[in-house]
Amino acid sequence: MSLTAVLVVVVAAVLIGAFGIRFSRTTSDFYVASRTVSPLWNASAIGGEYLSAASFLGVAGLILSFGVDMLWLPVGWTGGYLVLLVLVSAPLRRSGAYTLPDFAEARLESMTVRRTASVLVVLIGWLYLMPQFQSAGLVLRTITGAPVWVGGLLVAVVVAVNVLSGGMRSITFVQAFQYWLKLTALAVPLVFLLLAWQADGAPGVSAQDAATWQMPLSGAKEYGLYSTYSLILATFLGTMGLPHVLVRFYTNPDGQAARRTTLVVLSLLGAFYLLPAVYGWLGRLYAPDLARTDTVVLTLPAKMIGGTLGDLLTALVTAGAFAAFLSTSSGLTVSVAGVIAQDLLKGSVRSFRIATLMAVAVPLGLALWARALPVADVVGLAFAVAASSFCPLLVLGIWWRRLTTTGALAGLFVGGGLACAAVLATITGTSYGGFMKALLAQPAAWTVPIAFAVMVAVSFLTPHRVPPGVARTMVRLHTPENLDLDRGDWRPRSS
Amino acid sequence: MSPEPRPGRRGPLPRTDPARRDPSRREDPPRRVDAFRRTDTPRRVTVTSPRTAAARRPRYPATREIDEQTRLGEVYMRSLLRTQFRLALFVCTVLACVVGGLPLLFLLIPELREVHLLGVPLPWAVLAGLIYPAFVIGAWLYVRQAERNERHFAELVERR
Repeated sequence: MSLTAVLVVVVAAVLIGAFGIRFSRTTSDFYVASRTVSPLWNASAIGGEYLSAASFLGVAGLILSFGVDMLWLPVGWTGGYLVLLVLVSAPLRRSGAYTLPDFAEARLESMTVRRTASVLVVLIGWLYLMPQFQSAGLVLRTITGAPVWVGGLLVAVVVAVNVLSGGMRSITFVQAFQYWLKLTALAVPLVFLLLAWQADGAPGVSAQDAATWQMPLSGAKEYGLYSTYSLILATFLGTMGLPHVLVRFYTNPDGQAARRTTLVVLSLLGAFYLLPAVYGWLGRLYAPDLARTDTVVLTLPAKMIGGTLGDLLTALVTAGAFAAFLSTSSGLTVSVAGVIAQDLLKGSVRSFRIATLMAVAVPLGLALWARALPVADVVGLAFAVAASSFCPLLVLGIWWRRLTTTGALAGLFVGGGLACAAVLATITGTSYGGFMKALLAQPAAWTVPIAFAVMVAVSFLTPHRVPPGVARTMVRLHTPENLDLDRGDWRPRSS
Repeated sequence: MSPEPRPGRRGPLPRTDPARRDPSRREDPPRRVDAFRRTDTPRRVTVTSPRTAAARRPRYPATREIDEQTRLGEVYMRSLLRTQFRLALFVCTVLACVVGGLPLLFLLIPELREVHLLGVPLPWAVLAGLIYPAFVIGAWLYVRQAERNERHFAELVERR
């Protein structure tokens, strides 16, 4: 039953993707859907793209294991959009940049900064794709018993085919469809689960859990306060630096529309994230002894309801999980491939296709090689890297005229480098004890301030390296589009 | 806020003869002008519509100040940036206080953990529910104010 559901989602994704082929003709179409995507579609697409395996499966699993402290993950993933809205959304759209490297080049007028940003985008994209493929393997193993590499490979192939055949336009339709599918797939079973819980006499958690698990900072994880703050910093500031989020802003017609789209996204995400917490809580009641807690969302319907209805609900949840893998992976693949195609290859449709294969193959290899961590933790690391590299670049670039090329470069290298080193130590499983382990598992609390400090300090030391066109760039970033002003003639290289 | 800059005062555009534009000046013509005029110049002139159009500037002066990056143009841009940045900083500060304060609050006042809201422990009620509508309301207020700031800027710049 669940296998059928997976096949239905996969086939539907491919069909919807194929539907987009007829529309995409030119290179410009291929990349940005010609900017004809309406705001609700756009917001649903952002939501669909953003809610990955980490949100759909991982959050509930971590809550089941570690309790209320883990609620900060979905709160940060939503609140990140508030920070993005306030500091970045409209200026970023007005910059005309299609990717983060585009923005770096437009603002700092330097190809070196652009290339550094490209490398970071590819690294973050791969780091984010890896756990998606891993969880796909885990889910397929849970429902069929197939080896873990099968699920990852399946998702990778479908995504590659989809991106290759339709480009961005079809992806937008696929993504928008996926958001609503994911919401339904989590909400409908939850109604039945809550009814079953009610019929069961509405039990509460055990007295011991009520005293520890249910309480914040009760010590299920070491150094809880540090980890909590580091997590908050990474998620709130990392959202703006995710490569697949920025691409969506380019499909808004203007800066105001970008703001309004972000507002809609915030509501859609808020509605979604009400659900995983309840799953985690029910999981603590009915499945406290799961080996891989990432599967709690999948196992609850069978455990609590059972029978045909339980099977049907499991199938629905599984379909939602696969929708999550497919949508996030597609979005990331498009943006990673876009960056590789433009900055490493020639930028034609053909090089976009080669780049797509590169974008998918590397994280698939990583997924098979790296040790399996909880999916939400690995995604959290991707956020930490984004928060310590692109967040300072965007915030200072948009609001501070005195940011210099050298300063930006130094900040990207130091912040991104430190965060990547911490990530590497964590996913390869280098064993450190005590506080060192917490520092490496949640690096944002120290890497983000360092990145900001380096960028500002080096900029002060190199005042002669302020880009010459900064005044014109500020006009472009901040003035509303309806004013007749000279905004310079920079255009992203893709259009 | 700095005092409102007055657009058009120091624009590089060539000035038209004030006497020709401003009828009140005609009552008391300056002597310098008189010396160059024929004495039999008629006192009254019929102003036809093409002439009024010609007296007006074809472009908005303030946008031109910004385009040519004069010091006044810089003042306009800095005022826009400062307003928007203050708004952004305000939202971020409130957010940081709420989000950064909650873990501390739960740590320092353990009694709060025992409070129940409709049967749900307070930390769960806040983090798994109430905080999301709060985000949306904050975002909505921000969007409204940011668009208002932009409208003000546009009115300021486009005023003749």
